[in-house]
Amino acid sequence: MLPILHALQDEFGYVPQAALPMIAEALNVSRAEVHGVVSFYHDFRDKPAGRHVLKLCRAEACQSMHGEAMAEKLLRDIGLEWGGTTGDGRLTVEATYCLGLCASAPAAMLDGQPIGRLNQEALLDLAHDARHQQEGRR
Amino acid sequence: MARIFVPADAAARAVGADKVASEIQAQAAKRSLRVDIIRTGSRGLFWLEPMIEVETAAGRIAYGPVRPEDVSSLFDAGLLIAAAHPLRLGRPEELSYLKRQTRLTFARCGIVDPLSLEDYRTHGGYRGLQRALSLGPAGIVEEVTKSGLRGRGGAGFPTGIKWKTVADTPAERKYIVCNADEGDSGTFADRMLLEGDPFVLIEGMTIAGIAVGATKGFIYIRSEYPDAIRVTTQAIAIAREAGYLGSKLAGSSHAFDLEVRMGAGAYVCGEETALLESLEGKRGTVRAKPPLPAHKGLFAMPTVINNLISLASVPVILSEGAANYADLGMGRSRGTMPIQIAGNVRHGGLFEAAFGLTLGEIVMDIGGGAASGRHVRAVQAGGPLGAYFPPSLFDTPYDYEAFAARDGLLGHGGLVVFDDSVDMARMARFALEFCAIESCGKCTPCRIGSTRGTEVMDRVMAGHDREANLALLEDLCQTLKFGSLCALGGFTPYPVMSALKHFPEDFGRAPNRDVHAHAAAE
Repeated sequence: MLPILHALQDEFGYVPQAALPMIAEALNVSRAEVHGVVSFYHDFRDKPAGRHVLKLCRAEACQSMHGEAMAEKLLRDIGLEWGGTTGDGRLTVEATYCLGLCASAPAAMLDGQPIGRLNQEALLDLAHDARHQQEGRR
Repeated sequence: MARIFVPADAAARAVGADKVASEIQAQAAKRSLRVDIIRTGSRGLFWLEPMIEVETAAGRIAYGPVRPEDVSSLFDAGLLIAAAHPLRLGRPEELSYLKRQTRLTFARCGIVDPLSLEDYRTHGGYRGLQRALSLGPAGIVEEVTKSGLRGRGGAGFPTGIKWKTVADTPAERKYIVCNADEGDSGTFADRMLLEGDPFVLIEGMTIAGIAVGATKGFIYIRSEYPDAIRVTTQAIAIAREAGYLGSKLAGSSHAFDLEVRMGAGAYVCGEETALLESLEGKRGTVRAKPPLPAHKGLFAMPTVINNLISLASVPVILSEGAANYADLGMGRSRGTMPIQIAGNVRHGGLFEAAFGLTLGEIVMDIGGGAASGRHVRAVQAGGPLGAYFPPSLFDTPYDYEAFAARDGLLGHGGLVVFDDSVDMARMARFALEFCAIESCGKCTPCRIGSTRGTEVMDRVMAGHDREANLALLEDLCQTLKFGSLCALGGFTPYPVMSALKHFPEDFGRAPNRDVHAHAAAE
């Protein structure tokens, strides 16, 4: 079921409720079981994310380099909670627990691209650019 | 044509390696120089990334850390003839960080093009499989057992015994499953190897398949590692195309094939039975044992489920012989461990060495102390379920049993360094909060205990009835330790209780006297 759910999220940016009965039928399981799987895993969203997704690592190695304070300042500045999306729909900030970049902490991932050795200024710039840069391609 | 090596490892890309590579291309074109840029894995010296290497008659010469704006001056200085420059590091093998290592599992990482089978074979690849085919299944299991290899995921179970159990269990189908759900903070060895030398894992799993009579393998990689997933998937296709996977592999009578599966952000899926559930397309909840996966694992069939590093260590054990591997190490910890030095540390990276170095040597001498320049106050060994060690325990040798004797664990080999700005009560609270976020929910101590524990820590940190709440915390940790189904709930007490034991002053208790004695000695 996981490859199907990943494929749906790749296509739509989230796993639409409407897809769950179809998955249940195709795999010959109950809708409750499909719901159980979708809701178990942190990756799967039930609504679309912003155009850009910034994942900030909150695990110990990034905490040791003060990533938590940097993240809190960013969230305060742009008025978001963890997992929230800006009003313009351009940026979602999600928590992640380890990107495997622990010797280059604090670390983040923007739209799947790894970013290491962040400082407060670089993090604020990153979020600012994601919200205000013209899209290169559509 | 001059060959220049630029890492494509995610940690190198995270600090600008892609921009450096394209700037090298642009500067070379501007000067009408022809260069061949080869993207490799990382050597694992992350404070020097992006570290580029240029090939010369006298071997490779490294430069680092290179920023895109340095590239022009590198060319001006004569990069292609490895000329002098402030960023010139010399031969990488001569850098003390690499020179002091014993690179067996990571012998090729950072050196070869990860998707070149020719590079792989030139650097000793597939010699292990060749010897495995001549030894036969029973011979392979015996060799792995003799090497003393133990599970590198943290449990430290002897790999050879696990394989023998599966080999001795008759079944119509058997599986090899690689646990590459590397969720521990402070660890990145699996990621580096998948991105830098994926064929070594493919070879190791193939040998495991032949040893136990399995024809199908799965590599379960966490979704936080998109580069690793891409490279490994490509490597499997290349190996299959070249006849190293599939039926009659490498000209033998054996069949074995592999598939990559992506996780979905659940830490608990690093627990072997939760991982098997997840592979079957279910919620990643833990199974009660017995039955062991070796008897009833994936789809209820006998399954070898090993950590990636265990499987990737098999080729060199076979090619160089079990004795060569078993000669390294101390006590019952044989061979090498890829130690990952991370967090607030000056020289963070991958350090593969025989067991037996002391924690202090690794953190202070090799790692160079805290990156911030302040005093090191604590080291968390073995991920979010591992204990915090104070400097007064830095004489602990890096060995499964020695760590256990001091209420700690090696885990997957990660070490996260903290300086003296850390609040250990906050770290203890985080351990409980993390357990609450990641608990699969199957057993009550873990599901409820983690949330109640977080609340208790909130009261302790707010100064409410401290001693009574700390007594409650200790009691709760006992329940978690002995009542949980798996290591998530069972080991969460390690960081909590070690923080309380070694850093009582952060919890509003009187400080330990030995801590003061040590601080005075520094």
